[in-house]
Amino acid sequence: MRYSALQILKQGLTGNKGWTPAWREPEPKSDYDVIIVGAGGHGLATAYYLAKEHGITNVAVLEKGWLGSGNIGRNTTIIRSNYMLPGNEPFYELSMKLWEGLEQDFNYNAMISQRGILNLAHSDPQRDAYARRGNAMLMAGADAVLLDEDGVRKLCPDMDFDNARFPIKGGLWQKRGGTVRHDAVAWGYARGADERGVDIIQNCEVIGMQIENGVCTGVETTRGKIGAKKVAVCVAGSSSRVMSLAGMRLPIESHVLQAFVTEGLKPTLPGVVTFGAGHFYISQSDKGGLVFGGDIDGYNTYAQRGNLPTLEDVCEVGMALMPNIGRSRLLRMWGGVMDMSMDGTPFICKTDINGLFFNGGWCYGGFKATPASGWCYAHLLATGEPHETATELRLDRFITGNMVDEKGMGAQPNLH
Amino acid sequence: MIIDHPLLGPRDAAEFVYLGDASLINRPDYDADNAAQDFYEYLYLRDNIAGEMRELWYHEQGDRSWLVVTRNTLTHEISKVELARDVARAQGRDR
Repeated sequence: MRYSALQILKQGLTGNKGWTPAWREPEPKSDYDVIIVGAGGHGLATAYYLAKEHGITNVAVLEKGWLGSGNIGRNTTIIRSNYMLPGNEPFYELSMKLWEGLEQDFNYNAMISQRGILNLAHSDPQRDAYARRGNAMLMAGADAVLLDEDGVRKLCPDMDFDNARFPIKGGLWQKRGGTVRHDAVAWGYARGADERGVDIIQNCEVIGMQIENGVCTGVETTRGKIGAKKVAVCVAGSSSRVMSLAGMRLPIESHVLQAFVTEGLKPTLPGVVTFGAGHFYISQSDKGGLVFGGDIDGYNTYAQRGNLPTLEDVCEVGMALMPNIGRSRLLRMWGGVMDMSMDGTPFICKTDINGLFFNGGWCYGGFKATPASGWCYAHLLATGEPHETATELRLDRFITGNMVDEKGMGAQPNLH
Repeated sequence: MIIDHPLLGPRDAAEFVYLGDASLINRPDYDADNAAQDFYEYLYLRDNIAGEMRELWYHEQGDRSWLVVTRNTLTHEISKVELARDVARAQGRDR
């Protein structure tokens, strides 16, 4: 069923009895052309683009829990393409362009709001660094504006500009950045993939890989064996656990990232704002709650909850930027498990096992990448070649020395 | 999380810096024939265990000792804390 204003009117006048479920609940078949492991944002986007762009519809998406139950439901909903390195920026700009046409493309309201993202600068050298980053963005076809202090004051008057230690000197403004209704992204992709014949199979955990003579021929699941010509793993947060079923060790550690929401307030922020002197980012939801977060906790964990020292640190940094949030109360907090890669950059690539593909290592930047991740993974699965914007997102970059280290931190996952 | 330091007693985990898997104690032999492969695996590949994991914590805000903490990555429960020095010596190293 195509969603439209006319449809709402028609259903409203007929007692809303004509709405149908957004996706089927099929039984797994014995074989597929492609099995995607993980019905999160990236897995569902991959299935959607496989069907829509490449005409491959004999596809199953297997999910241990319910679709969208991982990090697509546990993030801070920010989209942006303000990266610098040549291995990263064209990929994230592709993602931004896909976001811009997404709602019309999959006929679903994802509440994409390009309200802008502002990276604050607190010193002259930091402003120079942002000028350089902004130029790299412009060269990749993205948008970037370098603001002086007055420009920032006009956008966000409520911040502590004259802070003695970290005065605000300017910022890098990407107007096309913003926020998205995160669950709707999973639902929209799921509906679009299902409509084109993809089987989304929930409550079906992969417990083994069928590998014969270096070729992956399918998976073992809690609902029986399922054969496939290609198996595409897409389970960021649990990548090491699933890939260990194929005997692989990954350059990844799992860490927890927390996020926080206050009670609803009147409008105080124009878009997303990031502090330049500590790790803190904040935006305001449509309901008025301030949504913010900071560093990962820093130790390996698979628990979807963090500890209080990180909460204290994030709130302290937030108070340094916006003292006025001190009176608002925290309503909710949660944690998501991140695939922290060794250089802070993800993977979309083949593996040494024929027919087994890997997508993961998204660190805490997976949400904004959802459309491009699906687009490039579908391209790789359909053509056998990496998409032109994702050629550097390879597992073997650590042994060949081609790391993509956006922050220049080295091989220490809890610093990225 | 509270880490029960063998010398100092219970300390808040916020006093510590985390390095990762305790197997990082065992640096490969730089002179071995396959040293390049060994160091690649040592530097970049991780078991990333879901469950009981032995890991290195550094008491930066305390006595600056390295600890080997056995902790469950699914529950954050800590079941054992040792001085990394003792662990290395037990493996036959001189320090």
